Amino acid sequence: MKVPSASARALRADELGLRRALPGRTLPLMVAAMALLAALSVAGWIGTSALARQWREGAGTAMTVQVPRPNEPSAKPDTTRLAAAVALLAGTRGVASVHVLTEAELTDLLRPWLGDSASQLALPMPAVVAVRLSGAAIDLAVLGHALDDAAAGTAVEDHGVWMRRLSALAFSLQACALLALALVGAVSIAVIAVATRAGLAARRDAIEIVHGLGATDGFIAGRFARRTMLLAAFGGFVGAFIAVPALLVLAQFAAPFAENASASPGHAALFAALPIPLWGSIAALPIVAAAIGFVTAQLTVRGWLRHLP
Amino acid sequence: MVRFESVGLRYGRTGGRDPAPEVLRDISFELPEGTFCWLRGASGAGKTSLLRLMYLAVLPTSGKLTLLGADIGRTPRAGLPPLRRRIGVVFQDFRLMPHLSAFENVALPLRLAGGSDAQIRADVIELLRWVGLGRKLYTLPEELSGGEQQRVAIARAVIARPSLLLADEPTGNMDEAQAERLMVLLGELNRIGTTVVVASHNDALVERHPAAELRLDRGRMVREP
Repeated sequence: MKVPSASARALRADELGLRRALPGRTLPLMVAAMALLAALSVAGWIGTSALARQWREGAGTAMTVQVPRPNEPSAKPDTTRLAAAVALLAGTRGVASVHVLTEAELTDLLRPWLGDSASQLALPMPAVVAVRLSGAAIDLAVLGHALDDAAAGTAVEDHGVWMRRLSALAFSLQACALLALALVGAVSIAVIAVATRAGLAARRDAIEIVHGLGATDGFIAGRFARRTMLLAAFGGFVGAFIAVPALLVLAQFAAPFAENASASPGHAALFAALPIPLWGSIAALPIVAAAIGFVTAQLTVRGWLRHLP
Repeated sequence: MVRFESVGLRYGRTGGRDPAPEVLRDISFELPEGTFCWLRGASGAGKTSLLRLMYLAVLPTSGKLTLLGADIGRTPRAGLPPLRRRIGVVFQDFRLMPHLSAFENVALPLRLAGGSDAQIRADVIELLRWVGLGRKLYTLPEELSGGEQQRVAIARAVIARPSLLLADEPTGNMDEAQAERLMVLLGELNRIGTTVVVASHNDALVERHPAAELRLDRGRMVREP
């Protein structure tokens, strides 16, 4: 007796003829495009998150103190106003470092506004002290009063306005990326649902036959879900594969904003060009696409089968 | 086994001001287990609709239908597939899966019932040999003649040893010898306890195999077994 051929055995798992009804090109292509867009959205979200953190750490932990007439004596004996202010700052809990800007540094700061002659101007320049905070909470009002007592007229600038503006900008960018990601997810679900419904229409007769033979909704939905899951996973893999070089190119453009530009050679540099959470997200794309395909097909087919008794 | 109590059936709108016309009206009869019964009537009398009710392709819009001990009106939707697996149907148009071989078409009911591969293979090959298709196990339906396709359809209907076997004009594409062979098979299944209902226009066949008869006329039962 002739044994079942390989093709006959292969057909066994495709009772509904879904290999023809859900062809292996269109759906993976659409899902691949969605996966690529998802990767770009995730990259945007992770990138803006990193940028926001960087801004917070930079601007949020820095403070500038201006001491007018720095070389005049302070209220304390044998001390200049600048020295009194620096001593007070250095002794304050939560201050990590105190740096008095040199004449050259001040000139550099003023150059954009006053040009190269900034150092030769006869204007009374205040001393500028760059203060780096360690993260412990500092009551700026109390510190301001203490500085004013030590050197009257001393001004404290905590960059709060800029930090709030940067935070708002970063939040907007993150929200845009998340919105794009949600939109990509919704479009993916719609694409898979439409493809599944097309498959249902194409295989209506076959479905009615197996339904009449006693197939459960779970059996029929499971066959569709398995096929859709495989196609979506393949599409997700292709999209992720294309996303890697695209993101590496974008990472090159964004390198000047990166927290730590990599100096590692070869493959390590390639890997380090993208943050680890982004690599994880790219790796997860085929799995997420497969899950969306499976669940969408299950729900679509089970909903459609409700029309049968 | 099968009990119809004032059963009515409409396709389309079942209520409201303008309901669809009733294709079956006030149908009442009972078929005890092990009955062999002819279903007769002119074209359009409602034979196919009555069979569709019996294999649960449609549900009654009025009255009470009891099948294989289950009150269909009270059976939840999830409870219908196990009942369908106990009903074999030979369709007038065969309704074979065009992408599956004869073997896979016949194996389908056993696969849905969760049979083992080895048992399915043995049973399907034995039955396809019995209906004369032992050499065409892995042939697709489109490569089979009309009569061969009908034999595959019959094999698929009986492979799971159904409690109720329904056939809609099963000998329509058969010569007399094949029709007699089919009647032998249906008779054997009936002898081992299967309830058999056959819709047929073939008067000669019905006369050669006298049995109880259901007769429909314009959607009404005019003769009960």
